[in-house]
Amino acid sequence: MPPISPHPQPAARSFSLAIAGSGGAGVMTAGNLLLDAAARAGLYGLMVRTSGPQIRGGEAAALLRLGARPVATLDDHFDVLLAIDWQNLNRFGDEIPIGPGSLLIGDADAGEAPEVFVRQGAQLHALPLKKTAKAAGGGWVNMVALGLAGTVAGLPVAALEDALRASWKRSAEALASNLAALQQGVALALALPDPRPEPLVPVALPAGHARWLLSGNEAAGCGALRGGVRFVAAYPITPATELLEWMAPALTRMGGSLLQAEDELASVNMIIGASYGGVPSLTATAGPGLALMTEGIGLAVAAEVPIVVVDVMRGGPSTGIPAKSEQSDLSFAVDGLHGDAPRLVLAPNGIDDCLATAEWAVQLAEALQSPALLLSDQFMGQSRAVIDQPTQAAVPAQRLVAAADTPGYQRYADTPSGVSPMAIPGTPGIAYTADGLEHTERGIPSSQARDHVKQLDKRLRKLMLHDYGPRWADIEGEGELAVITFGSTTAAVREAVERAAAAGTRLRLVSIRLLAPLKPEVLDQALAGVRQVLVVEQNHGGQLLRYLRSRCDLPGRPAGLHRPGPLPLRPGDLARAFIDWAATHPRQPAATGVPA
Amino acid sequence: MNDMTEAVKLTAADFKSDYKPIWCPGCGDYTVLGSLTKALSIIGRPPHEVAVVSGIGCSSRIPAYTTCYGFHGVHGRALAAGTGLKAARPDLTVVVTGGDGDGYSIGGNHFMHACRRNLDLTYIVMDNHVYGMTKGQASPTTEPDWDNKLSPGGTGIRSFHPLVIALAAGANFVARAFSGDPNGTAEIVAQAIRHPGFSFVEILSPCVTFRPEQRGWKDLVHPAPVAETNDPARAARRIMTDDGFNIGVLYAGNRTPYARTPAASATLAQIEQEFAL
Amino acid sequence: MNRPRKPGAPLAPRSLEDLMGQALTIEREAVARYEELADMMETHNNLEVAALFRKMAGYEQLHVEQILADMGWAADVVVPRHSGIWSSPESPEVVPIEEMHYLMHPWHALQLALSAEQRAEAFFAEMAGTAATEAVRAAAEEMRQEEAEHVALVREWLAKVPQPEGDWSVDPDPPRYID
Repeated sequence: MPPISPHPQPAARSFSLAIAGSGGAGVMTAGNLLLDAAARAGLYGLMVRTSGPQIRGGEAAALLRLGARPVATLDDHFDVLLAIDWQNLNRFGDEIPIGPGSLLIGDADAGEAPEVFVRQGAQLHALPLKKTAKAAGGGWVNMVALGLAGTVAGLPVAALEDALRASWKRSAEALASNLAALQQGVALALALPDPRPEPLVPVALPAGHARWLLSGNEAAGCGALRGGVRFVAAYPITPATELLEWMAPALTRMGGSLLQAEDELASVNMIIGASYGGVPSLTATAGPGLALMTEGIGLAVAAEVPIVVVDVMRGGPSTGIPAKSEQSDLSFAVDGLHGDAPRLVLAPNGIDDCLATAEWAVQLAEALQSPALLLSDQFMGQSRAVIDQPTQAAVPAQRLVAAADTPGYQRYADTPSGVSPMAIPGTPGIAYTADGLEHTERGIPSSQARDHVKQLDKRLRKLMLHDYGPRWADIEGEGELAVITFGSTTAAVREAVERAAAAGTRLRLVSIRLLAPLKPEVLDQALAGVRQVLVVEQNHGGQLLRYLRSRCDLPGRPAGLHRPGPLPLRPGDLARAFIDWAATHPRQPAATGVPA
Repeated sequence: MNDMTEAVKLTAADFKSDYKPIWCPGCGDYTVLGSLTKALSIIGRPPHEVAVVSGIGCSSRIPAYTTCYGFHGVHGRALAAGTGLKAARPDLTVVVTGGDGDGYSIGGNHFMHACRRNLDLTYIVMDNHVYGMTKGQASPTTEPDWDNKLSPGGTGIRSFHPLVIALAAGANFVARAFSGDPNGTAEIVAQAIRHPGFSFVEILSPCVTFRPEQRGWKDLVHPAPVAETNDPARAARRIMTDDGFNIGVLYAGNRTPYARTPAASATLAQIEQEFAL
Repeated sequence: MNRPRKPGAPLAPRSLEDLMGQALTIEREAVARYEELADMMETHNNLEVAALFRKMAGYEQLHVEQILADMGWAADVVVPRHSGIWSSPESPEVVPIEEMHYLMHPWHALQLALSAEQRAEAFFAEMAGTAATEAVRAAAEEMRQEEAEHVALVREWLAKVPQPEGDWSVDPDPPRYID
């Protein structure tokens, strides 16, 4: 078997760096500036944060990957690990894999590098980082790190300096000494002996090629605004709080409002109330909060009130691993309500997609008068990336609203589409009482079999008949073997598929964006000609695999590659797994008489 | 009371575990941990007969820092879990702990009903007027004009007064302490644990990271100008003019605590007799 | 919080045993607090200051042992605690936890230790000044002298450590989520 080329196309090459340290070292700031500088050099990049359990001053690392193409996943190894100090960094041993070609740079005065890093065979360099900072007029050591790491990665000094200047909020003197520290870091980098990992080359972007730098949480908040959300109820929970905090001032500026609730029971009921009043509404939470909201979501289903609930998934179950990512709320999202309660479940598959899919979630919720759960996760939510500026204009949602004085108005009329016009409070002649109790078409509570079946059919039909178009999934490539996934794993899976292809294994990729409702015939179409599927996801129980098998007839013997958080799935591991899996299903000669 | 005789057998160190707290240096919760372990050593029951139940937040990390049986539950539900534990195991000493966000916001409903139920529990809230663990949102005890990201310019909402709620809802012991006086706090906590029924102690415990201005609390707190009372009406009058910084025991009442489950009085066979034809 | 002295409360220990009991409490609490601060600094990766606090704990522990030896007391002896005599809520020689900062430098730690030793010295000076008997006065004076030596020691130590820059407490990174 030919070796798997880690970088099949030179243009697709990327550079991965980790900057680590503790207690006031400012590694996150350095990482953010590095990402900014990369953007100024015409590159794309992704930054992921990781830290110890202390709220301040503990060990932390900024993990970056930069490249000429959009970056949405970390690589298998880091080209550089630069540690301002080594305290407790062994905690990050699994998260920062390095290899023989990597540079392991530490401060000469900060002691020994932890064994977990040294034994991986990287080139060890001990440099006087703190001393250099001090000598540069008392600049900060993270600026030396910025200059050093940025230069090794191939970023021009001008880009690094511009990033620093643009972010500076303190005195001009302090700026000068930190620029000096940065320049000293550059000098240290230039003085490094070979071998060194090959640096990136800045890109001259075409004029007018606009790009954004933001986190998945911010993107989702922005998408919600685009979709027309104007009321948000908020209860803080890691890792969703930043989405709510971003929306607070933005909503107000757009004439909307945000209310901090006493708990998640309150926040879900608040947005139901606001939406009942005609205002598109949203809340954001994580697993434990979603668990509290289930009764409310069921109410929104039964009363046909549109709401959007963003679930920024984290390690579960229960309190779990709050600051780490996982895709383990899927089963709960698609099935976790009492009664027969169909609802919309969407999952963005990248930081850029958080914006578009949040907007889509609002549009669908409003159009179908249904709750929509948006499954984001900590990886996308709290990581920052350079993305192409969205080109499409915002398309605010449209709700089917009943006209005043409609004769014989029935809120829950059994229409062919299943969507019945909604009366908005303040509209004369058509007042009604929304109800979680089962009801007649007029909305009067009913325990009659006829009414129950009618309403159950209506609420299911409205979701199943809607034409969701091609956005329901990203379907890429040809082949008899398909890999199916959703959410943040998509980027790593996509890269793994590329690498496998370069090694001679052809795979189709299906990344599902609309998880519920799931239309078996649509999935069948996506898998036309596919003999075997492998379902890839970041959870312990293979939730997507189980879900798909329970709803559809998947071809062949469906297999699952599922691993829980907190570590991300890496392209190299996936590529090897795909190739091994494909080898167990060798190509069959074409069968005769089988329709395409 | 200034003179205290130390417990003969146990010291505070017996109640402190080996886990080092991850609280920020300067956090008031360190001294609260000291006060709690000191109070438990005064009470004198061995650690394995004491349970510390908490919710979610910085202060809710406290159970693992003690050598008692601990339960680190979900956000806001510590009182419910503690109530269940005490109802099923009245022989244990149950101390429920948490912060102001956990206890008064999402836990508000349980707070009210725990006071009303008056089970023999002790509830300690480390109040720092902020949601610390989620990085600085307003809590129910936050001042209305405190600027923060989730409520820019402040919530504009009057802050919650937990001592008023506790007294009105039926708690049998209501007190306020300050983390800056660990020994005074230990005395109050010990008294609270000894007192029958639901004992509520609010401990002002500054957050050095999100509310650094709370270092000024040590100049604002003062001993309550009057002694404790067992008359709810007098306590009520007093609490309505409380400035939030009176330190001491407000109310140590005689409200009947929730009755303990009586011992078994019938066999299964006797019970099943009901169905016999 | 300043707890006012109750009118008529004794300002001075009634006996030698009383005085030495107080001294023992003061030293024991100082040891416990320094150990706690050392743990706190270690957890937050401030190893230099942690080591300093650990060292201070060691010195105070020597003082504890000396008192026990002089009085012929067992290591786990229980002594009453007259907290009303002190003018601050905690005993004179403990460093208040609120003074901690995760980025503090050895200079800061030594300043806090200096204040603690000075408070202890002042306390024993007052005990000596208000002592009822010569035996108590002499013992209090001896304690005061030992604290004075500690003060001098800490001052020496301070002279050897660099003063922190003005921006020592600046952390470019924001606080983090953990729960």
